[in-house]
Amino acid sequence: MSYLLDFYAKHSRLIDQIGINAILALSLSVSLQAGQLALAQAAFMGIAAYVSAILAVQAHWPLLATMLVAMLASTAVAALLALPVRRLRGVFLAIATIGFGEIVRVFANNLSITGGAEGLSSIPNDATTPVIYASLALVALALVGLSRTKFALAVALVREDEHAARGVGIDVGTVRILSLALGGAIAGLAGALYAHASFFITPTDFGFQRMEQILVWCVVGGVTSPLGAVLGATGLSILPEAIRFLADYREVFNGIILLAVILFAPGGLASFWRRGAVRVNV
Amino acid sequence: MSLVLADVGVRYGGVAALQDVSLIVERGHVLGLIGPNGAGKTTLVNATTGLAPLASGTIALDGIRIDGLPPHRIARSGIARTYQNIRLFAALDVHANLAAGAYARPGRLTADEIATLLERAGISGADPGTRAGSLPYGDQRRLEIARALAAQPVVLMLDEPAAGMNPAETTRLVETIRAIAASGIAVLLIEHDMTLVRAACDSVVVLNFGEVIARGTPAEVARDPVVVEAYLGSGAEALA
Repeated sequence: MSYLLDFYAKHSRLIDQIGINAILALSLSVSLQAGQLALAQAAFMGIAAYVSAILAVQAHWPLLATMLVAMLASTAVAALLALPVRRLRGVFLAIATIGFGEIVRVFANNLSITGGAEGLSSIPNDATTPVIYASLALVALALVGLSRTKFALAVALVREDEHAARGVGIDVGTVRILSLALGGAIAGLAGALYAHASFFITPTDFGFQRMEQILVWCVVGGVTSPLGAVLGATGLSILPEAIRFLADYREVFNGIILLAVILFAPGGLASFWRRGAVRVNV
Repeated sequence: MSLVLADVGVRYGGVAALQDVSLIVERGHVLGLIGPNGAGKTTLVNATTGLAPLASGTIALDGIRIDGLPPHRIARSGIARTYQNIRLFAALDVHANLAAGAYARPGRLTADEIATLLERAGISGADPGTRAGSLPYGDQRRLEIARALAAQPVVLMLDEPAAGMNPAETTRLVETIRAIAASGIAVLLIEHDMTLVRAACDSVVVLNFGEVIARGTPAEVARDPVVVEAYLGSGAEALA
C-alpha cells in the first residue's frame, strides 16, 4: 500500500497527463473513425482550456461549471468549423484544419483576455487524478454506448465509402458534422482538465506540436481503434519518462515512431487483436 | 406505375449527356437499358439517384417527385442501385454490408432476413462473417444486389451486373433478376451482354448520344435497323 502511495506521489503528474492524453487521443479517434483527417483537436482543446481558465480565474466559477461551458464552446466551434470544410477530404481537410489551429493559436497569442504569449496563470489546481480518470471513464462509456447504435454503423460506412453510404440513405454531411462536433466536445473536456491540472497555460501548449503528438498516438494505436488510441497515448506518454534521454528529443522520436508505424505496421497496435473484417456492431 | 422519367435532360458543361429521355419502370417488370459506351446509361442512373442534377424534366416515384432531392433522401424513398465498378464496403463483413443496405429501415436485420437476402441474390453459401472484399468477384456483384434488396426497394437499378461474369454465372444471374422482378420490384437493367438482355428483360430502351433511339421488346429492338447501326454495328450478325 505504502509502495503504491509512494509510486503515486512520485508520478502523479505523469499519471494525470496520461489520463488527459488518453481523452485527447479518443477525441481524434472519433473523427478518424468517420474517415475525417481533421486535425484541429489541439485548437478545440486550447479553446476549452482558455474558456475554463478564464471562468475560474476571473469569475471564480467552480470546476464542473467551467468544464461544461468550455465543452459547449469547443463543441460549437467544432460544429461551425465543419461547415466551411464540408467539401474537403483527406489531406486538404488536414491542411485546412491545421490552418484553423494556427489561427486559434495566433489569436490566443495576441488577445488580452488570454494573456497573450505569457498565457494565463493562477488557475486553480482542482482537476485531481480522480476527476481526470472519472472523465476518461465517462468518455469511454459514452463511446462504448455509441458504438452500439446505428450512428456507429453510419460512421463506419461514411469512412469506408461516402458515395455508397449516400446510396444506402445516409446523410453524409450530418454524420461528418456530428463526428467533428463530438470530437470537439471530447477535446474540450481534455482542454478544461489540462488547464485545471496545470498551474498556467500558454498558446504554445495548443499548437501544431500538440496536434502532431495526438495524431501519432492514434496512428500508433491503429487509426480507427479507440482502444488503440488510448494505448498509444499511454505508451508514448510513459516512454519519454522511462527513458530520460528521449525527453530531450521528443519531436525527433515522434517523427521516427510515426514513420516506422506507417511503413512497417500501418494497422498500428490494433493489428494485434484485429483479424479479417473490420468489426461493426450491426 | 412506378418510376417515371419524363423528358429528362442532364448536361455536363456544354455536353448534353441526356436529352428528353422518357421512360417508365414498372413493378414486376425488367426494363433493359442498352446503348454504346458514353450513351448516357449510367448518367441516367446517377440522375435518378440524385448524383447528377437534372437540367430539365422530372422524375417521379409512384407519383411523387424525387428529382432535386439529395441522394440519401432518394435512397430512402425506395430506390436502390448497384454500381458498374463494385462499391461494397470492402473492409466490412457481409453482415455489415447487408445491415448497411437496411440502414434506413427501422430495427436490425435478423439472421433469417440475412439468409433470405443472400439466397435471393444467389449467394446463400456466403458466410456473413466474411470480409466483403475477399469474396470472389462474382459473389461481390451478388452481394451488392443483396445489399440493395436489404433496403426493400420499390425500384432496383442494376448497372452492368454481369460484367466480369462467365456464361454459366450470367445464366444464373438471369434467374436471380427474374425472381427479383417477380417479387414485385421494378428493375432497370443496364447491360452490354445481349444474351442476358434478351433472357432477362420484358422491354428495352436504347440510348445513343443521350437520346432514346428505340424502344420495344428485346426482339423488336434487335431487329431495328437504327439500333443495329448505332449500337450493334458489326456485332449484329451475332443476334440474327
